[in-house]
Amino acid sequence: MTAPRRLLAGTRQDGRPLGLAEHVATHGPLPAPRRGDARDLQRRLTGAPLRGRGGAGFPAARKLATGWQAGKRGQLIANGAEGEPASLKDGTLLQLSPHLVLDGVQQAARSLAAREAVVAVHEGAACLPVLHQALQERRSVDTVPVRVLVVPPRYVAGEASALARAAGGGPSLPALHDQPLAERGLDRRPQVVLNVETLAGLALYLRHGPQWYGELGTADEPGTLLLTVRSSGTQAAVMEAPLGTPVRAALAGAGVAVDDVQAVLVGGYFGAWLAAPQVLDLPLTHAALRAAGGALGAGVVVALGRQECGLRATAEAARYLAGESAAQCGPCLNGLPALAGGLELLAAGEGSPELLERLDRWCRLVEGRGLCHHPDGVTVLVRSALAVFADDVAAHQRGGCGRPAGRALAVPRRVP
Amino acid sequence: MSTPQRLRVDWARCDGHGLCAEWAPEIIGLDDWGFPVVAPGAVPAGALEHARSAVQACPVLALKLLPIRPR
Repeated sequence: MTAPRRLLAGTRQDGRPLGLAEHVATHGPLPAPRRGDARDLQRRLTGAPLRGRGGAGFPAARKLATGWQAGKRGQLIANGAEGEPASLKDGTLLQLSPHLVLDGVQQAARSLAAREAVVAVHEGAACLPVLHQALQERRSVDTVPVRVLVVPPRYVAGEASALARAAGGGPSLPALHDQPLAERGLDRRPQVVLNVETLAGLALYLRHGPQWYGELGTADEPGTLLLTVRSSGTQAAVMEAPLGTPVRAALAGAGVAVDDVQAVLVGGYFGAWLAAPQVLDLPLTHAALRAAGGALGAGVVVALGRQECGLRATAEAARYLAGESAAQCGPCLNGLPALAGGLELLAAGEGSPELLERLDRWCRLVEGRGLCHHPDGVTVLVRSALAVFADDVAAHQRGGCGRPAGRALAVPRRVP
Repeated sequence: MSTPQRLRVDWARCDGHGLCAEWAPEIIGLDDWGFPVVAPGAVPAGALEHARSAVQACPVLALKLLPIRPR
C-alpha cells in the first residue's frame, strides 16, 4: 500500500514544520474570506462527510450546524490536547503541518461568525513553539483572532467540557452542561470543540471539494485518517491511510509481524480489544469496528504479541486511567480504583471466585454516572479484555499465565 | 407538569449524602459508595411528588428535575 499524502502532504522526514510559503506551495493558496462568508461556508459544509477524529467520530458538519443554528456568535475550540498516552497523531500533525490545521480553524470559526478561536495543547507539548511560530506567520492573513490555550498534562484536560471551561478561564475539569456545548456553551454562547485532525480534514475538503475528498476511503466513510500504530517490538509510527484500510495493512506498514499478533486494541485507552486473526481483516472504518464490538476512536492501533499478557497490560492501563480521574464524581473516583484493583488481583493470579462478578458490577456502576465519559471508556476497555482474553482469565484464576504485560500500550509510569 | 421529566444528578456537587434515596426510594437507590443510582428514563407520574421532595432535600443542590428533550 503506497501511503496517501493528504493530511501529511509535503511534510518533512526530519520533523521540521512546513512554513507558510511551503504550505501554500503544497496545498494551494489560503482560502480568503469573501462577503457573505459565513453563509457560504455553511452551505459548502452542510452534509460534508467529515467525522470527528478526536475519538467519538461524531459528524463534524452536524456539530458545526448546531453552532450555526444557535443564533449567537460561537467560539471555535481546536483540540490539540492529545491526552491519550498511546496516541501521537495530533502532536505530529501540529508539528509537521500546523498551517493545514490553522486553515481549518479559520474556516470553521468563520462559518460560526466566531469572535475568536482557541487552539488547546498540553503544557510541555513539543508542538507549542511550532504552533506559536505558525500563528505569528499568518497573523496578517487570519481574520479570526486565535489564541493558544495551554492545559495541564492530564487526560481529562482534553475532554470537551474541560476545554470549554479552561477557555473561559476556569479549571481544566469537566463541567456540567444540560445541553450540547455546540448549542449552548458554558458562558451561553455556542462552543464548538473539534479535534485538530478533523479541522485539517475540513480544510482539505473545502479546498478540493467532495469529489476529490471521496476518491480515497469508502463510500460511507470517505477520506483518509491518521493512525498511531504500536507494538512492543516496533517504534511507534504515525501514518496516514485511507478509511477502510484493513488492520493487517496498517500493522504491516509499521513493521509489525502480523503472524505474532494475539489481539489488537483499536481506538486507544478508550478502545476495545479485538482478537486475532479476525481483527486483522477488519477495515478501519467506524462502521466495521462498531459492528465488531469495537470503535475506531482516535485511530490508535496497538498490537499485542503472543508472548504478552493482555490482562496485565489492561490492568496497567486501568490503574493509569483511575489515577487520571478528575476526582469530581463519586462513581468514577471510587469505581475506577476498584476496577483497577480487581484487575491487578486477577493479573497477579490472586482473585477470588467472585472477582469476575464484582468487576462486572463495578463496570455497571460507573457507566453513565459522571460528568464525562472517562469511566465509560474504562469499562469498554475492561469488558473487552475480559472477553478477548477469557482463556487467560481462566489461567489467572488458577495462578497465572506466565507472560508479561509488554510495552505496547505505553502506559506512562507515574512519578511518585 | 405534563411534559415528561427526568432527574438529573450534578455529579460534581453530589457528595453521597443519600437523602435523595430516602425521599424517593422507588426511583433512587444508592451504589456501593453511597452515590445515587437513578432509574433511567422519565420519572413515573406517581413518583413525581417524591422526586420533587428529593430535589428539595439534597443539601448540596445536586438534584434537578428537567424536561426530557425531544430528539
